[in-house]
Amino acid sequence: MLGYISKRVAQMALLFVVFLTLLFLLLQAQPGDFASQFLDPRIPAANQELIRQRLGLDQGMWGQYWTYITNFFTGDLGTSFMRYPKTVWAVIVERIPRTMFLFTMATMLSYWMGFLSGKMLAWRRGGKLEYGITLGGVFLYTVFYPWFALMMIWLWAATLEIVPINQFLTPDFWLDSPFSATSVFTAMIWSSVLVVGGLLVVQTVAGRMKEYRTQVLLRRTGRVLVFGIFVWYWASSSMRPFAADITHHAVLPVVTLAFIAFAGVMLITRGSMLETLREDYILTARAKGVPDRIIRDKHAARNALLPVVTSFILGLAFIIGGGLVTETVFSWPGMGELLLTAVTSNDIPTAIGTLALIGALALIAHIVVDIVYLFLDPRIRVQG
Amino acid sequence: MVQDPRPTPELAPDEAAVGIDAGTDEFDFEPLWRVRLRLAWEGFKRNWALFSENKVGIIGLIIIGIFFVMAIGHPILMATLWSDKQNIYDPEIGYDAPVKTLLVVEEVTDPETQIDPERAKLFDASLKAEVGDTVNVPQQPAPPSLAHPLGTNPRGNDVLSQLMFSTKAAFMLGLVAALVTVLLATTIGSVAAYFGGITDTLLMRLADLVLLMPLIPILIVLSGMFQVNLVILGLIIGVLNGFGGTAIILKSQALSVKVKPFVEAARVAGGTNWHIIFRHIIPNVLPLSFLYMMFTVTEAIALEATLSFFGLLNVDMSWGLMIQIAQSEGYLLRFDTWWLIVPPGLAVTFLAAAFFLVGRAMDEVVNPRLRAR
Repeated sequence: MLGYISKRVAQMALLFVVFLTLLFLLLQAQPGDFASQFLDPRIPAANQELIRQRLGLDQGMWGQYWTYITNFFTGDLGTSFMRYPKTVWAVIVERIPRTMFLFTMATMLSYWMGFLSGKMLAWRRGGKLEYGITLGGVFLYTVFYPWFALMMIWLWAATLEIVPINQFLTPDFWLDSPFSATSVFTAMIWSSVLVVGGLLVVQTVAGRMKEYRTQVLLRRTGRVLVFGIFVWYWASSSMRPFAADITHHAVLPVVTLAFIAFAGVMLITRGSMLETLREDYILTARAKGVPDRIIRDKHAARNALLPVVTSFILGLAFIIGGGLVTETVFSWPGMGELLLTAVTSNDIPTAIGTLALIGALALIAHIVVDIVYLFLDPRIRVQG
Repeated sequence: MVQDPRPTPELAPDEAAVGIDAGTDEFDFEPLWRVRLRLAWEGFKRNWALFSENKVGIIGLIIIGIFFVMAIGHPILMATLWSDKQNIYDPEIGYDAPVKTLLVVEEVTDPETQIDPERAKLFDASLKAEVGDTVNVPQQPAPPSLAHPLGTNPRGNDVLSQLMFSTKAAFMLGLVAALVTVLLATTIGSVAAYFGGITDTLLMRLADLVLLMPLIPILIVLSGMFQVNLVILGLIIGVLNGFGGTAIILKSQALSVKVKPFVEAARVAGGTNWHIIFRHIIPNVLPLSFLYMMFTVTEAIALEATLSFFGLLNVDMSWGLMIQIAQSEGYLLRFDTWWLIVPPGLAVTFLAAAFFLVGRAMDEVVNPRLRAR
């Protein structure tokens, strides 16, 4: 199992280097080099040559490539043009937690909702309800996303005024706050990761029990315990009002993004569940009198889960792209918004650095999914 | 899997090779192209019966048909009904400002029909508007009227004309992206499946990489660094899709074709590798690739609209650009000017959904497992 994981990590690292190489080639494919693009032509040629030397543009392609790769892995992504003299790394680092927060929350919410509803849809196949929800799912899946997000803002923020229109916090409220937004964000992300981890542990431990009743009992007490600790931690923390402010701002973007991703998950779960329900072992289980709920949740849903997790890999790019649009439409100052402003203000170092880190994020998420897959599919575990 | 349809059994082999003298025997060969055409027609009829069982696919086709009529309708309308009003209805530079007559009053109670004297002076040429007069106020985002069925936008362009004009662009983009995807993905999938080994590994690892990389950020960076127009965008989407997910799916299909006996037979008969790939494997993978063509169109339409919405594309007019104009002029979060954002948003959604629905219905034709029993 460890061998499998390390093999995957090595593969991903290799893929990442290839990705960086492609980015480098993209930079090279631009007409002219940085110096000819950004230097004032009135500067004397000798001085231009000096600047070229200082920027390392005289090194030739391989030299530049080597500098680029080594710089990247030592955390030197260059200097941002639009935030001069801040480095690109400094600009990106403060935005990573915000993007991670949006991304993880929306992903978990959408997979949870999508799997539950897809399961139900397949189980109650053929009704009017199923037809309607499937059509609704197709609508959500293909809806023009920026437009949908705008409609959500119009409805919930501009008309009903339940949630704030944009930004990720209320600046006035944070003026004399003892915490930085990043630290609150980090605490929020860690606590939610711990909750999910705790729930997974509870689920695994409960699954090992022989009696069905003990399983249910363990699962329920475990869930109450995990959520109890979570609530207790935030209730006793002095960050609470600030976290509440961020949460209030985060609700709408998270829900909107989750809605879009949810539809895809629902449709895939429905299809995979329909196929599983035709298997012989479902018929066997029915024949021997296993209760419907157990057939649905244990025999069918568990096996239908595998394609859904696989689809996560396909959906990953979709969610990241959607996250980018979400950040822009909701003015959520994350990496996606940074990428777009960098591109529109021609800040190439920031744009390339952000794109590289978004790629890294995608690869890390991919590895996480691989590990989840290990827990779900015993065949991979056995093969090692 | 076109088997030889000629009724050879009644003939001795050497006779069949020479053919039959016309006149001595009534028996006549049908030319091969007609046989192929007939078989294709029969296959089409069979598949159509399966396809039309699914209402969803028919709905999709109808929506595509409506949009197609819109795309064709625009040049026709420009040439006939709008021909002497080109300066009004041109999607890019057309300009019209319908006027609205307002009553000048002291206290404005109903801004729809009344105006206060201070503002009225701005619209009155003689600058002498007084209480009780009426002034003509040009409306910039004008609501729907008979002359402009979907109103005008803040720049005075006719929204319906823009909407219809953009349909053509959406179709063209979808076509380019889908054709490139199918061409690349079928070839790559078949080649990877047929040769296996190092070719397979290289192509599939490349597909993994492309699949993992989020398309929207990459396209944003690309369109920021280069001038991207619709054709180039279609090519990029096609190439990324063709090397990525679609290639993987078609490869697995090609693998199942590769082990069929007729491929073995072709090899024994002395067919070269490329002959087998292009004449035996690809024709059998094509139905599935047409399916993915539909999904590519969906994706391309949504991507184009998103990028134009960010103002990154070099296009004359498109649905995304229409929303971007509404945004940049500050009419975004208001529903009283709904005609600025609802029609283009719904157009993108419906056209993308239509291709998706057709794709799903085709999926049931291609994958027998999915059919309702």
